Amino acid sequence: MTKNIAGFICGILFGTGLTVSQMSNPDKVLAFLDVTGNWDFSLILVMFGAIATLSAAQYFILKRKKPVCDSHFHLPKTGNLIDRRLVLGAIIFGVGWGLVGFCPGSALAALSDGKPDPFIFTIALGMGMMLFNRFHNKK
Amino acid sequence: MDNFTPYSALIGGCLIGLSAALLLFFNGRVAGISGIIVDSFSTEINHRYWRGFFLIGLMLSAAMMNTFFPAAPVTYSRHMLFVVISGILVGYGVRLGNGCTSGHAVCGLARFSLRSAVATLTFMSAAMLTTYIMRHVLEY
Repeated sequence: MTKNIAGFICGILFGTGLTVSQMSNPDKVLAFLDVTGNWDFSLILVMFGAIATLSAAQYFILKRKKPVCDSHFHLPKTGNLIDRRLVLGAIIFGVGWGLVGFCPGSALAALSDGKPDPFIFTIALGMGMMLFNRFHNKK
Repeated sequence: MDNFTPYSALIGGCLIGLSAALLLFFNGRVAGISGIIVDSFSTEINHRYWRGFFLIGLMLSAAMMNTFFPAAPVTYSRHMLFVVISGILVGYGVRLGNGCTSGHAVCGLARFSLRSAVATLTFMSAAMLTTYIMRHVLEY
């Protein structure tokens, strides 16, 4: 139960952060990605604010033996493995991101602006994820 | 540079960082949105619920913000075909590369993960190149 409440509150904070910083606005994201245009590096400051807050808090949080609602911390176990899969995945994601300016979180936050674009994007996002499952499970 | 918004960017960023910190503190989980979306369809109900609540909270708070503090209207100028292609590429890419902007560029970098640094530099370069081609080569 506490886990669900924590999830809900964290979602609210995340969505508020995305909208306050205007990262849910693809125009704003494309203005960052368009380095040779009228460059707007607000996105770097969003990242900076998020990383600074999280890494400072994390320093204390990870001193605990376990999180409040679970038996252990679930951090990625991939370590520092840098393989073809990681780089290829990042390239495919980057091309998609640069094409329209949506990433998964920003599209969900933009759903409520009443335009068709974030809806179509979110459906296509789900299709891309399912496509991956299809190929991946065959191996 | 007239469109630069340093204060709202920093405040919004800190809220995202706070969200990720609380999620780690309470649930012991990394706030990577693509991972949360994928696992919210997990067959294990225990895995599903808090993620569903997270995503509902995200969409709800954004809807509230859009309603009560409407920001500059977005000019969606991309052809729907590009939106569909973009969504499929993002969905496939984040699964293959194990993370998106939140997972790699925020949570991963906050942990000083080399893997996430490589992913972040790679997808940012690819995105900048794509935007350059779209805007200045194809002039779309």
